[in-house]
Amino acid sequence: MPDGHACAAAGGECVPVLEIVNVTKRFGGFLAVNDVSLTVNRQQIAAVIGPNGAGKSTFFNLITGYLQPTAGHIRLNGHDITGVAPHKISSYGMGRSFQRTNIFPKLTVFDNIQAAFLVHRGRGGNFWSRADRFYRDETEALLRQIGLLDQADTVGGTLSYGNQKQLELGLALASDPTLLLLDEPTAGMSANETHDAIRLLERIAGERELTLLFTEHDMEVVFSIAQKIAVLHQGRKIAEGTPAEVRADPEVRRIYLGHH
Amino acid sequence: MSRSLFDRIPWVLVIFIIALGIPWLGSKYYTFLATQIAILSLFAVSYNLLLGSAGLVSFGHAAYFGLGSYACGLLMKELGVPFLIALAAGGLMAAAFAAGFGFFCVRLTKIYFSMLTLAFAQIVWAICFQWNELTGGDQGISPIPYPGLNWLSSVPGLDGFRVGDYFYFVALAVVALCIAALHRISVSPFGRMLMTIRENPERASFIGVNVRAYELAAFIVAGGFAGIAGALFGIFNRGVFADFLYWPKSAEVLIMTILGGMNYFWGPVVGTGMLVVLNQQITAYTEYWPLVLGTILLVLLFAFPGGLLGALHAGWTRLRSGGRGVRPGA
Repeated sequence: MPDGHACAAAGGECVPVLEIVNVTKRFGGFLAVNDVSLTVNRQQIAAVIGPNGAGKSTFFNLITGYLQPTAGHIRLNGHDITGVAPHKISSYGMGRSFQRTNIFPKLTVFDNIQAAFLVHRGRGGNFWSRADRFYRDETEALLRQIGLLDQADTVGGTLSYGNQKQLELGLALASDPTLLLLDEPTAGMSANETHDAIRLLERIAGERELTLLFTEHDMEVVFSIAQKIAVLHQGRKIAEGTPAEVRADPEVRRIYLGHH
Repeated sequence: MSRSLFDRIPWVLVIFIIALGIPWLGSKYYTFLATQIAILSLFAVSYNLLLGSAGLVSFGHAAYFGLGSYACGLLMKELGVPFLIALAAGGLMAAAFAAGFGFFCVRLTKIYFSMLTLAFAQIVWAICFQWNELTGGDQGISPIPYPGLNWLSSVPGLDGFRVGDYFYFVALAVVALCIAALHRISVSPFGRMLMTIRENPERASFIGVNVRAYELAAFIVAGGFAGIAGALFGIFNRGVFADFLYWPKSAEVLIMTILGGMNYFWGPVVGTGMLVVLNQQITAYTEYWPLVLGTILLVLLFAFPGGLLGALHAGWTRLRSGGRGVRPGA
C-alpha cells in the first residue's frame, strides 16, 4: 500500500490509528457495507467517497459505534471497538462531527465546549461543585483555536451555519482525540465557507497532529486535502490509494467520476 | 454593565425570611397554605430535575412522593420511629424504588419513557390501594402522629405557637435544605451533563456522556427528594392515602412545573404557589371549581408558554432592553 506520504509525517514509521477489517453490515437482505477493510495511519488525512447510496453513512456509523457490524472488526489505537457504545469509544480517542450540525443549541458557545471538557476529564459525576468554574482556560484556548472566542457568550443555536460547524468541531476536539471523523464537513456551505472550513481543518489537524477520516461529496475538497482516498460503490470498496491513483483508476472513472 | 441594585438583592433569602415569618400573622389558614406550598414546592423542584434539566417527561413522579409518605407514615405510626429517621427513610425508600423502576424506564426514550413511568406508578398505586394489612387500602393510614416538637417552644421567641406552626417551621427548614441541595446539583457538572442530554442526547453520547447512567442518576435523586416531600406531606395531612400516588398527582406536579416555568430553577416554586392559592380561592367560591381552574390553567399555559417566570423574565428584559441578559436554566 503506497502510504509513504503519510508515514513520513509520523517519523517514517507507519502507526495504524484506525483499522477496519472485513466489516459487513446487513439490513435484512440488503448488504449496505460488504466486506470493507481500510487502515488509516497516524496523521494521515483520509477520505471515503462514493456515489449516493454507496454506503458511506452506514460505514461511518459502524466506525463510530452508532451501528453494530454484522461481521468484521474495528480497532482504534489498538483497542477493539467493535460493538462498543459511542460514549466509550470517545474515551479511546475518537472525536466525530456530524453531517447535520449537532450541537447543544440552547447552551452558550462557552458552555457547549466546557461541557465536553467536563465529561472527557471525568468530572461529569461531580454534583456538588459549580460547573462554571471548571476548565475555563482550556475552554478559552480551544475557542481561540477554532475561532469562536469572540462569540463565547452567544447561544449556540443562534450562530450562523458555518460557525455552528466550527462549534461542532470544537466539541469533537475537546475530548483531545487522536482520530477525527468528519461526516461531510462542508455540506451546505457556500464556496467561501467551504474554503475557510478546510483551511481551519488543515491547520488544526497539523497543530494537534490529528488523524482525519472524512466523507465528502465535494470532489474539489477531497482531492485538495486527502492523502488517501477509498471509493465505495454499492457497499463494496472498489478502489483505494493516493488521489492520483484513484483519479486514474478505470473503474472509478467509469462508475463514479464519469457522471460527476 | 454593572449589577443593578435589583440584582444585588438576595431574593431567595428575602422570600425565605418572609415565608419564615408567616406564623407571626397568627392565622391558622395562612400557615396551612404556606406549609402546603412549601412541601409541594419541593415535590415540583425535584420533578424539574427530570423535566427542566434532563428533558425527561415522567408521568409517574407521584409514585415516589407516595412511597415516601407511606414509608415515613408507617414507621412513625406503627413503630414509633423518630421523625427525622422516618423522614430520611421515606426519601431512601423512594430513591430505592426510583432506582429499580428507573433502570427500566431510561432504556426507553420520549413517550415510551413517559408511558413506562406511568405504568410503574399505577402498579404501585394498585398495590397500595389493595394491600389492606399494610397500607390500610382505601382507608389509608391515619392519624399519623405529629413529631414531638415541643422543644421548639423553649426556643426564645418561638413560644406560644400552635403545633401546626411548629411543624411548619420544621417543614420549611427541611424543604429549604433540600431545595438548596437540588440547586447545587442543578448548577454542578452533573447538572450540566443533564442539560446536554436534554439538548441533544445523541451528541451527548458522542462527547462521552453515558446517557442512560446519567438519566438513571437523575431519576433516583428526583425520586428521593420527592419521597422526602411526600413524607412531610403525610404528616402535614395527618394521614397517608393511595391518592398520593395516583396519576392525577403526577399530572399536578407536571402542571405546577410548566405553569411556573420549567426553564427556571424557581419556576416550579412559583407554579406551586400559584396552583395552591388558585385551588383554595376557587373552591371557596364555587362548586364548579375544577371547571374554573381548568379554564384558568388553559389560558395561562397558552398566554405564557414559558411559564410565569418566563413571562416575567421576558417583560423584565424588555423593560431594561440593552441590559445584560439572564440565561434561562442556568
